[in-house]
Amino acid sequence: MENNMLNSAFQTIQAEAGHLSSFQQQNWSSFDQWGLPALKHEEWKYTRIRTVFRDDMQVVAEGTGLTPAIIQQHFLPGELSKNAIVFVNGMYQPSLSRVSAPSTELVVKALSAAAGDEDAAFVKQHLGHSQQYHRDGINALNGAFAAGGVFIRAKKGKQVQDPVVIYHFSDAQSGFRFSQPRILVHAEAASEMQVLETYIKIGNEESLTNEVIELCAETDAHVHYVKLQNEGTRSNHTGTTHIRQLGRCNTHAVTITLSGNVVRNNLNMIMEAANSESHMYGLYLLNGKTLADNHTIVDNQMPNCLSNELYKGIVDDQSTGVFNGKIFVRQDAQKTNAYQSNKNILIGEQASANTKPQLEIFADDVKCSHGCTVGKLDENALFYLKARGIPDDKAKALLLHAFAVDILDQIKNESIRAYADQLISARLSYSE
Amino acid sequence: MLKIENLQARIEEKEILKGINLDIKPGEVHAIMGPNGSGKSTLASVLAGREAYEVTGGSADFLGKDLLEMAPEDRAKEGLFLAFQYPVEIPGVSTTNFIKTAVNEKRKYQGLEPLDAAQFLKTMKEKMQLVQINQSLLSRSLNEGFSGGEKKRNEIFQMAMLEPKLAILDETDSGLDIDALRIVANGVNQLRSKDNAFLVVTHYQRLLDYIVPDFVHVLYNGKIVRSGTKELALELEEKGYDFIKAELEAATV
Ligand SMILES: Nc1ncnc2c1ncn2[C@@H]1O[C@H](COP(=O)(O)OP(=O)(O)OP(=O)(O)O)[C@@H](O)[C@H]1O
Ligand SMILES: [Mg+2]
Repeated sequence: MENNMLNSAFQTIQAEAGHLSSFQQQNWSSFDQWGLPALKHEEWKYTRIRTVFRDDMQVVAEGTGLTPAIIQQHFLPGELSKNAIVFVNGMYQPSLSRVSAPSTELVVKALSAAAGDEDAAFVKQHLGHSQQYHRDGINALNGAFAAGGVFIRAKKGKQVQDPVVIYHFSDAQSGFRFSQPRILVHAEAASEMQVLETYIKIGNEESLTNEVIELCAETDAHVHYVKLQNEGTRSNHTGTTHIRQLGRCNTHAVTITLSGNVVRNNLNMIMEAANSESHMYGLYLLNGKTLADNHTIVDNQMPNCLSNELYKGIVDDQSTGVFNGKIFVRQDAQKTNAYQSNKNILIGEQASANTKPQLEIFADDVKCSHGCTVGKLDENALFYLKARGIPDDKAKALLLHAFAVDILDQIKNESIRAYADQLISARLSYSE
Repeated sequence: MLKIENLQARIEEKEILKGINLDIKPGEVHAIMGPNGSGKSTLASVLAGREAYEVTGGSADFLGKDLLEMAPEDRAKEGLFLAFQYPVEIPGVSTTNFIKTAVNEKRKYQGLEPLDAAQFLKTMKEKMQLVQINQSLLSRSLNEGFSGGEKKRNEIFQMAMLEPKLAILDETDSGLDIDALRIVANGVNQLRSKDNAFLVVTHYQRLLDYIVPDFVHVLYNGKIVRSGTKELALELEEKGYDFIKAELEAATV
């Protein structure tokens, strides 16, 4: 990849002198030093990420000619367009966004603004924490472009009623689009918020979105996060969702991947306070030649925590599903309960699923379990349905939907769940 | 209705059915008895179309059509029903939705409009009464966590909903308590008519007190070795299978 092109884009998106600017500078030099991970890199061995970062990528700092009308066409109905935060080509677009939650509950502003106002100390302390877990050029490259990002804060004790929906638009009308959104979320003590991220590519050319979102939850905060990927086969994605539990709290993440070319999702749950809970659920429904690679990390640092993880995959055609689940249980994290499970159904003869749990346990009084399965549809169940007159394709769709519904049920918000179910049912040609 | 001639089938190289002959006419109830492992469930599965079994010979004509050529779902839509010895648990598929799908697939096949929600509910209420099955059971996932008896009752409920021409009941009586047995038998008797037929696989004469068969067959080692009327079941109950085995051995010597 040409650093010149990135460099000139990087120059135009520099924040004013200050913490954010030096953060960008540091990340740029890290990127320069580390470069992009090669296949021999243990964390990237299934994902040919270098081929996705191409020389002919368009990296312009500013948004394009996507009009508000085009943007709004893609807003989801009802409550899902009430707090709509819009990114175009990786840049936060305040004028295209709308926030209907009152400012006494929810604060949304450019990261560059947050870096210089009352939130500056928070930004300084927390922005870039994910790099402790991802010391690679991909995370760093995103950091170099952080000035285009957004800062979101749910205020203390407030329940943000409507989900905060982050719409990521990539304008790929005239060439391969490269976008690097950056998001920092602060859920203050006893606040409650739901965050949905969704991705839309406009135009027929390819795209790559390299994203980093960092969410920090304080004591008694409830953060419920959903990432929904259905951008089409000409979209690539490398994203890190980094969730920190700063105080005793409860965080919940659901990652659903329905399409894409190469998709890499990192999800980290950093459990820094005792008596906390974290839940990670994932569903990948792959066909064609999609490669979806989910790498998750749960870092149990303090005692009496529960982490629960379930990822399910339906892998068809020549697609590939990768699951890698790391669980750290640090020395102080006694009485940790950590569960992990990955289940795959292979449909296509040439489909494959690679799954790997990685447990690193340094405490002695812990309960950990992990398991993975790669199988076919249950023949007995299929026959049972067919013996009642349900045709083969419908019976399969019913069973696959039943397999997926476990994960769908983990989406607490009804509108988000209904939307995800609609996409999944359409994909499986399932109808009730 | 169903005419089976010299039916042979195997699974994984193992011959299980070794030439079955059976002729079931509308309005009749046939009972099949026989020791464990003799091939009763295999016969039921082969008739329902389970792909794991390979038919190696013989024929089965169902209402003038070649049953063995049909896909399992088409057999069902033509009016064949199998109440499974071991109903399958399917988490995530609601029992009600499943039955509604099955009913409407069959209607579609018959060229009928699908039942709307209200009509479906009405039929369901009627049939629920017939087999005295609980609404709460039907709103759960299909057979998931159902007790043995509840699963069997659910099979009979599905049968009542689908109104088959030929119902094969594979040990529907095992695992049922005495009251449930009576309810299930009663359900079957109410569905009995001159136009439909039943093939009842059982180990116990007791069921046949409630569902009185026209014919009783003994399946042994992949063949029907004895056929008779309901008195045969009584004889078996009294003497066990040994006397049949002894007769067979005497015949081959
Ligand atoms: N998949 C298989 N592989 C090998 N043998 C099998 C398989 N399935 C069934 N069999 C064998 O076929 C024979 C007949 O089994 P089947 O279930 O038809 O018996 P059954 O008469 O229904 O017995 P029961 O009264 O116990 O229900 C048994 O010996 C059984 O072990
Ligand atoms: Mg049996």
